[in-house]
Amino acid sequence: MNWTEYLPPLLEGAWVTVQLTVYSMVLGALLSFAAGIGKLSPNWAIKGLSVVYIEIFRGTSLLVQLFWLYFALPLVGDLIGINLRLPPVIAGVLALGLNIGAYGAEVVRGSLQAVPVAQLETARALNFTRRQTLWRVALPQALPEMMPPFSNLAVQNLKDTALVSLISLGDLAFRAEQIRNFTQDSVTVYTIILFMYFGMALVLASFVRGLEFWVSRWRARA
Amino acid sequence: MSEPIIRFDKVVKRFGALTVLDRLDFTVQPGEKVSIIGPSGSGKSTVLRILMTLEPIQEGTIWVDGHPLWHEERDGRLVPASEAHLREMRKLLGMVFQQFNLFPHMTVLRNITEAPIAVLGMSKQEARERAMELLELVGLADQADKFPHQLSGGQQQRVGIARALAMRPKIMLFDEPTSALDPELVGEVLTVIGKLAHEHDLTMLLVTHEMRFAREVSDRVCFFDQGRMVEEGPPDQLFTEPREARTREFLKAVLAPQE
Repeated sequence: MNWTEYLPPLLEGAWVTVQLTVYSMVLGALLSFAAGIGKLSPNWAIKGLSVVYIEIFRGTSLLVQLFWLYFALPLVGDLIGINLRLPPVIAGVLALGLNIGAYGAEVVRGSLQAVPVAQLETARALNFTRRQTLWRVALPQALPEMMPPFSNLAVQNLKDTALVSLISLGDLAFRAEQIRNFTQDSVTVYTIILFMYFGMALVLASFVRGLEFWVSRWRARA
Repeated sequence: MSEPIIRFDKVVKRFGALTVLDRLDFTVQPGEKVSIIGPSGSGKSTVLRILMTLEPIQEGTIWVDGHPLWHEERDGRLVPASEAHLREMRKLLGMVFQQFNLFPHMTVLRNITEAPIAVLGMSKQEARERAMELLELVGLADQADKFPHQLSGGQQQRVGIARALAMRPKIMLFDEPTSALDPELVGEVLTVIGKLAHEHDLTMLLVTHEMRFAREVSDRVCFFDQGRMVEEGPPDQLFTEPREARTREFLKAVLAPQE
């Protein structure tokens, strides 16, 4: 088998990896803002919920979260009489998104708290409501600060998708494993996917860099 | 005399063990221009921050335009103010900050239109027109589309003044508006404040180190030291024949280098 013949199945796997990455990133971003803002809420219920979510998903292994959603949740569902059997893609996206969202929430919280107090006082003097202050004053200034750590998290998330091959999802790592089992050509297969992951990470990082440029367009440029 | 627009009644403000305002009594008449001078730590900026509802008080009562500022009247008694009451009271006040505090992510125009649109519910069109008039007033109509970092400190502070005026306050608070400026930029900001003082019936409260300007622009000057108002009077009297030894000492120290 020539190495070029590996490419079609690997590309198929890569496409699954891309989809997993994009979906879980969108979910993770939504959760980051919801829990990051929620953690600063004066409402103790919202604050408590955010803290519990963040601590649970930062404090446990992604692999365990994935297995729990895929293998344990259906059994819990059986016990209470609800069908909680998730398709592998959903379980994968949920686990990845929930996990990365917990880390992202701390980035959002930290960046919001780094907005100078004087800006918030000025918003108060101009009689903005708390919500208006958040959306119009604090978040736009916090966004550029979030982007470098977000870039790290996005690349981390891409690499973490390899874990979903363990619940038999046909991603890049899964396809590579199949080919290797069939051909025993470890060097070629792993070298190819090394570069494929690297290429995807480059694209992702430059996407976030573009985003950073866009959200900081009001800043002075050196 | 008419009903004062601002009245501090035995107001106490503490930061932990430190007493910043010590049973302060202080009144301002509608339309009056009052300067507050004094050494740092005298509590003069705190007076403005309390009025802008940025700092709560521990004791006493403050009345603004006939209403208690930090309290609400309920069943004939004064209870601590709710956020809704504070929002209502804030409409009366505008503040200009020492460090300008423009919103760095908004253009000059948006800095001025954002609050009128979001808070007062003004239409975009109306807010824009009003902002352009105010920019005209502060001499920056040609800078409307710039971002704050593209302006000098003096220009930024003039935008800060326009932004506060856009909310149509009855009372303007100036917290050391020129202290963060390079000396050559102080004049342009004082010119704008002076113009406001002479041409408008706004009530103005100015905390400043610019003694000459305070003398020129104010109806009354108050000297604060250690959380108390040591002396107040018309500028000509206070600057030339201060009654209190502490005032003389302070004026001597700050005026000496200028002679």
